[in-house]
Amino acid sequence: MARRARGMEGTMGAGPPLVSRGQADRAAAMHEPAFALHVEDLTASYASGAVLWDVDMNVPPGVLAAIVGPNGAGKSTLLKCVIGALRPAAGHVYVFGRPYRRQRHRVAYVPQRTSVDWDFPTTALDVVTMGLYGRLGWLRRPGRREADEAHEALALVGMDAFAERQISQLSGGQQQRVFLARALVQDADLYLMDEPFAGVDATTERAIVELLKDLRARGKTVVAVHHDLQTVATYFDWLAILNVRLIAQGPVRDVYTAEHLRAAYGPRVVLLGGASAAEQGSVPAGVDAGATEAAAPGSPDTPERRAAARPPGD
Amino acid sequence: MELAALLGDFTVRTVALGAALVGVVSGVLGSFAVLRQQSLLGDALSHAALPGVCLGFLVAGSRQLAPILAGALISGALAALLVLVLTRTTRIKTDAALGVSLSLFFAVGTVLLTYLQRHQGAAQAGLDAFLFGQAAALVPSDLRVIGTVGGVSLALVALAWKELKVTTFDADFARSLGRPVLALEFGLTVLIAVAVVIGLQLVGVILMVALVIAPAAAARQWVKRLEGMVLLAGVFGAVSGVTGALLSAAVRGLATGPVIVLVASGIVLISLLLAPGRGVLWQLVQATSQRRNLRGHRVLVDLYRLAQDHRDPAYPTEQGMLDAYFGRRSAHVLRRLERRGLVERVRHMPEEGTHWVLTDVGQEQARTLLQPFGERAEGPATRREAPAVRPESEAARREGRA
Repeated sequence: MARRARGMEGTMGAGPPLVSRGQADRAAAMHEPAFALHVEDLTASYASGAVLWDVDMNVPPGVLAAIVGPNGAGKSTLLKCVIGALRPAAGHVYVFGRPYRRQRHRVAYVPQRTSVDWDFPTTALDVVTMGLYGRLGWLRRPGRREADEAHEALALVGMDAFAERQISQLSGGQQQRVFLARALVQDADLYLMDEPFAGVDATTERAIVELLKDLRARGKTVVAVHHDLQTVATYFDWLAILNVRLIAQGPVRDVYTAEHLRAAYGPRVVLLGGASAAEQGSVPAGVDAGATEAAAPGSPDTPERRAAARPPGD
Repeated sequence: MELAALLGDFTVRTVALGAALVGVVSGVLGSFAVLRQQSLLGDALSHAALPGVCLGFLVAGSRQLAPILAGALISGALAALLVLVLTRTTRIKTDAALGVSLSLFFAVGTVLLTYLQRHQGAAQAGLDAFLFGQAAALVPSDLRVIGTVGGVSLALVALAWKELKVTTFDADFARSLGRPVLALEFGLTVLIAVAVVIGLQLVGVILMVALVIAPAAAARQWVKRLEGMVLLAGVFGAVSGVTGALLSAAVRGLATGPVIVLVASGIVLISLLLAPGRGVLWQLVQATSQRRNLRGHRVLVDLYRLAQDHRDPAYPTEQGMLDAYFGRRSAHVLRRLERRGLVERVRHMPEEGTHWVLTDVGQEQARTLLQPFGERAEGPATRREAPAVRPESEAARREGRA
């Protein structure tokens, strides 16, 4: 903890404490299902170096949480560590207070749409049915009941008419909807989504937002990697800002500030009608009037950001 | 030899059955190899099997299929391991690593084979048949080995069907379900190696990869589900295998492998050209009829707009004017529209030349075509005239929409 706090001072100067209140009673929270997702001291690396450094993250149940951060900040890696697709170098992940492998049935994972080959010979219905494989186990085959459930999930995302369509014949937005239907059919409590809004048209984006709100209304928790700083405050109510290290986390209105975004994206992130974050100081770019004006960061690989992306001791 | 007489022959039946078995197994597992983009790995595996074939022969002391297949599988696995080590520890990319490994093992195999043929009587044992395949060399005991190994492979695929499918399509998602993806991928690679190895005697190490890849690639063209692809690839594999084996058994001096591969390649060619949806010819036909339709739509819309501009639904448009709008000769397009009852020729005295008007159906269709374009469709009309004088139906449509 102390090490991270010091590291932050270097990049941000004086400011409100970056660590959210949940961290204070971390020991108490560790094995309690007070959090839908609890990530502890998580460090992960690829051959190229550390992509996550000592990340502590808590997501309370029943929120729509966004993870934002520049390219290479480790957002997708974090999700992959949660579902066990990547073994972290250090740290722990708890889902509703217990290790992931004992909570698989309560989690639905939506990978990045571009991570699969959409020319694979299969239909939309078939892809959605894969969401039921976990429940079916190894030997049982999907039958009538599974087909009905898959159709229902497709209908929820407005895609039932495309059930028998070959997935390569679907548009990007439709493919994303199929992925979401596959998650819905899993009937999970925690939904992990890797960039659900990437490359979809405005109609699909609205449909997905409605779907997320519906999930929240039913008490579900959503953790989504998000790229668009302009919409994050309107779509989500919980926010974690990540750049290899966790910069800040908490309710969007507390966390979505110029200061925090500057810490993640470098001083050139532009907020509120053209003024740079550096000039803005700690003026919140929060959820009120100006929020939608906040522009996305500049070029994706500025030196500042690369500097910020370096873990301590590197 | 007649086909009936051919099939009445015991040896030929053995050969045909063996070829069918090999074809089915390699078609089914080849489907996974193709979808996982492991086609080249199949090539490396089959070339690398040659030293194993020779060593299996040396160890067993005679030409028995089981030890030879075991040797082939082991040397194939070593070659695959070498590829893995090369790509992980050096900067060599996968394709180059495959090439290095394949040629190294094949060279060792060739050296061993030529040596054995001089010194150990491998020539009598027909070991050189493993280069290009020799159907006639297949004996009933071989059939049992092929049948057992192939049957077990197919059974494993059927047993882990869902798991193999979800792992091949979306490995991360399979991991999130708790499936042992690494073990499944490893098992699949081993099964692909098995499919390669059991066909070596029939097709030969040089061309065996074709029997793994070709049926799957052909089947991919015709289906929209993995189930269909695997079944069809099995059928294509069996057809290629049996046809090739029978031909080479009937005609002396025809090496089996190349004939099988020629048949399989023929199926691929036909599939690439003709398959509905994905076939080249099919797409060409689609594209042509699409373009023809679009031209018809273009002319219809031009006629409609001209009529709108002149505030007269029955405005006779001169063909030359349409040509100018259309950018090319519109005569054949108009004739097609006329046959479908969308336009009519009229005479418009005192001017020369043919004039055209939209029929009621034609007007209706033009409006339908313009619908999705919204404002743009009314562009020229709105600029030139006040809403009040717009043709009746048009004004009604706008109000309805507002």
